[in-house]
Amino acid sequence: MAARAIWKGELKIGSTKIPVKLYSGVVDRAVRFHILDDKHLMRVKQHMVNPDNGDEVSSEEIQKGYEIEPGKFVILTEKDLEGLEPKPSREIEIMEFVPPEAISQQWYERPYYLAPDGDEKAYFALVEALKNRNREGIAHWVMRNKAYVGALRAEGDYLLLFTLRNAEEVISARDLPKPAGRAPTQKEVNMAKQLVGLLAGEFNAQDYKDEYRQRVMEFIERKAKGKAPRLHAVKTKRKAASLDSVLEKSLRSLGKEKRAA
Amino acid sequence: MARTRASTKRIREDSEEQSGPRPFWSGTLTFGLVSVPVNLFPATRSNRAPLRMLSPDGEPLARRYYSQKTERDLDADQMVRGYEIDKDKYVVVTDEELDRLAPEKSRDIDLKTFVPAESIPPVHFDRGYFLTPASGSEKAYKLLAETMEKGGQAGLATFVMRGKEYLVAIFAEHGILRAETMRFADELRSPEDVGLTKRKPKVPAASVRKFEKLISNKSKKQLSATRLKDEQTARLLTLARKKSAQRKNVVEVETDRPDEGKVIDLMAVLKKSLAGKG
Repeated sequence: MAARAIWKGELKIGSTKIPVKLYSGVVDRAVRFHILDDKHLMRVKQHMVNPDNGDEVSSEEIQKGYEIEPGKFVILTEKDLEGLEPKPSREIEIMEFVPPEAISQQWYERPYYLAPDGDEKAYFALVEALKNRNREGIAHWVMRNKAYVGALRAEGDYLLLFTLRNAEEVISARDLPKPAGRAPTQKEVNMAKQLVGLLAGEFNAQDYKDEYRQRVMEFIERKAKGKAPRLHAVKTKRKAASLDSVLEKSLRSLGKEKRAA
Repeated sequence: MARTRASTKRIREDSEEQSGPRPFWSGTLTFGLVSVPVNLFPATRSNRAPLRMLSPDGEPLARRYYSQKTERDLDADQMVRGYEIDKDKYVVVTDEELDRLAPEKSRDIDLKTFVPAESIPPVHFDRGYFLTPASGSEKAYKLLAETMEKGGQAGLATFVMRGKEYLVAIFAEHGILRAETMRFADELRSPEDVGLTKRKPKVPAASVRKFEKLISNKSKKQLSATRLKDEQTARLLTLARKKSAQRKNVVEVETDRPDEGKVIDLMAVLKKSLAGKG
């Protein structure tokens, strides 16, 4: 069964509008655990309490505050917060187009598919134009009372819309000092380059499987039947050897593997 | 990934979160037979204006878990993690069991493949973390970072951290290694999954040209940072400052509790760790 659209809107580029449906591009496959109370093995509930006396404060009594200085809170009422919400809109407005390299890998947050919702010709014409020009669109839109910035990108025959992180959320390596420590020698640099060269390949997502998830699920199933296997304790190992001798050893063993293959 | 993935270990750690600049994870990065002990810190900060929940008197509140049966609050050691195998029937899984289920070799970030850094599609990127050298590993760390940065390469690995397997791409930028956790192939939907089928209509060349022209007219070389500003948060801060200046709806509480009001400056922690003092 095909997934359901989570939102409908219009892509707006200049004065051109293309109706679209939005679908999540990801599936949650995490093993879902619940927090249980260990005596009764029942799911726990949560509430908010005053930590000084342990008294529960009901949700109607709770106020929201922004800590403007340590220990000093400005209360924001429901009305205040409603006033801060962006104006509802069905438009995904494309502000500008940039080359893909202009968008840092750190900004991409979550992908959504956009599907055509009426005007297929315009939708697919835009896909082709984005590919021909090798550009991504920078989008602004409001969905469920929240304003988003995003990147519109052609992937295969279709459009993907990524939410992007806000500038304040992301720390760039450029703003950090280079790590301290001695610089490697020329010999080490050459060997490392050779080593990375021997391990060079292409990214193929299908090569990587979450095997641990499978192990956890199998363990749970066996434990449910009362046949939990004994698990071995974790050992920690630590070995020290000089950097260039380890590099040499790596090159020798990898070189052998390559020749044998 | 966090949503309902409850873990008693996490509960304990969350309550200690404010207590000091500790790495998020410590482990070993390897390439070939070279091992580089590293610390891992988040490269993203969540909302910079978090709202606290307060009592009617303005006292900051704490979230507590309680038993449905006894209605008493529970301490971290009175809670366990359970997987619902049948309605209201759970299999308890301990932190220790989750740790032991990870094979020895899966605990290291073993870079087995290096690929061109620009070749990974952004659909995979989930969250970024900086790796900093742990004491004694500075030289090997610098060697790897320099080699990857010069070659424009990213290293790929899978590893198990805190009860979950991660696919990561390690990038080198400005002499610093960064890990991006990535979605596995089966965590991504295909176009067919959302009903996008292969039949693509014939598109008139004129309408493609029309869009190409629109794209050219609105093209920029760089993305201006102002486009990525969080305006909703900025408006909230403006309102909070205005109300504070007018002394409207302001409450002050004593902050003698050591874990209150102390926000860790992630930048400061990272700088310290990169300087080898972390």
